[in-house]
Amino acid sequence: MRRRMVFAFPAILMGLVLLLGAPPVAATEEAPDAMIKRLSTEVLDGIKSDPAIRNGDVNRIIALVDRRIMPNVDFPRMTASAVGPQWRQASPEQQKRLQEEFKTLLVRTYAGALAQVIDQTIIVKPLRAAADDKEVVVRTEVRGRGDPIQLDYRLERTPGQGSGWQIYNLNVLGVWLVETYRSQFAQEINARGLDGLIGVLNERNKSNAKKG
Amino acid sequence: MIRISGLVLRSTAWRIAVSGVLLLSGCATTTGSSDPRDPLEPFNRSVFAFNDAADKAIFKPAATLYRDLTPALVRTGVSNFLGNLDDVWSFANSLLQFKGQAAAQSFMRVNVNTLFGFGGILDIASEARIERQREDFGQTLAVWGVKDGPYIVLPLFGPSTLRDVVAWPVDLKGDLLSGIDHIRTRNTFKVLDQLDLRASFLSLGDALEDGALDKYTFTREAFLQRRRNAVFDGNPPDLPADDGTPKRPCAGVVHPRGARGIRVIRFGVSNVT
Repeated sequence: MRRRMVFAFPAILMGLVLLLGAPPVAATEEAPDAMIKRLSTEVLDGIKSDPAIRNGDVNRIIALVDRRIMPNVDFPRMTASAVGPQWRQASPEQQKRLQEEFKTLLVRTYAGALAQVIDQTIIVKPLRAAADDKEVVVRTEVRGRGDPIQLDYRLERTPGQGSGWQIYNLNVLGVWLVETYRSQFAQEINARGLDGLIGVLNERNKSNAKKG
Repeated sequence: MIRISGLVLRSTAWRIAVSGVLLLSGCATTTGSSDPRDPLEPFNRSVFAFNDAADKAIFKPAATLYRDLTPALVRTGVSNFLGNLDDVWSFANSLLQFKGQAAAQSFMRVNVNTLFGFGGILDIASEARIERQREDFGQTLAVWGVKDGPYIVLPLFGPSTLRDVVAWPVDLKGDLLSGIDHIRTRNTFKVLDQLDLRASFLSLGDALEDGALDKYTFTREAFLQRRRNAVFDGNPPDLPADDGTPKRPCAGVVHPRGARGIRVIRFGVSNVT
């Protein structure tokens, strides 16, 4: 695990990049593992070929994420899942703000990790799912130096949208992102309510932005 | 996450183990909005704050120095050598868990790396795609049916769970480093072990500062999930979705495969056991 964690960053970021944006693709349905393979390769190539990102330019990374990943991620579902039962009681305005702040937090936090991608490759493991499953788990591994890093995706079938599948959760080294944030969000909501959570996220994003 | 010298550790560990056994027999009660997996939260938070301060003051600078002064090749060699010793213990635990393939893999790893890797300094087995599968005695207990117990943050040693604390003395016995009689050599290796471990987390620490709303909760969650993942060897059964129903406290899920030196025990709250 030790050496893995060093490279968890690029993996986390990659996964996040995949989670957060991609341009709409043709409406033909792709198999979920093929889609992940394609997106991962595109993102990795995009990073490796962009010297500005390699130097840590956060705005370029955010642009990459918005451009390449967002359409393939069901971010409302991710945010709803992380917020928990309170989501249903949130106003549309609150929901929108929560999504924005959550997305900013994830991208900005792990932006530095993307810059460290050098020669990693992604291996997509064979898909173990029935043909008519509505939700699947695609398992991949990031291989580079050190131990391979487990990187799994949960996808849901979304016929007619994009490539037919959307990501709604990400697992790095055995830790599911949504669950990890869920317990932190629950703590804030219990203490200060939904608005309190939005406030905390907003403050954190502002201070992260200041750090550049 | 630091091991102090073997002797001091053992007696502390036994004391923890004894009190652990007493705690394991009863279930903690949930209080208000706290996480049922973490009934000792106030205690854990203060230990976590202490560990964090100690880390900032001592371990992180030491590990940074280690990383900056040692060539990458040397660090990799040290890491491989220590990993090889771990693989021996993983082999023993795989047997205890009746995991034939994992045992065979660990056995092959140890042989290949020791014979062809200059005593473990080169990690030839990983090049040959013989995967490492870490098993420790905490995971063995989990597979045998022992539940996690409460989440506990140990001073200096970091997150753990009751079951893994109880398993600790056995893991110490299985630590081949303890078998080195020459005290100076043994201590040098133990210090190197911890520096190596801490150095590998240096880049992760910054992300934790920025991305986690609450470092304590983030660490607990990540730890417990990783432990659960390790116990089930990468395929944990799904937990039911969180819809706010009250959880049964002290339900345990075990994760096999913590990192070296990190005793992770997960306190899973699960209606599926």
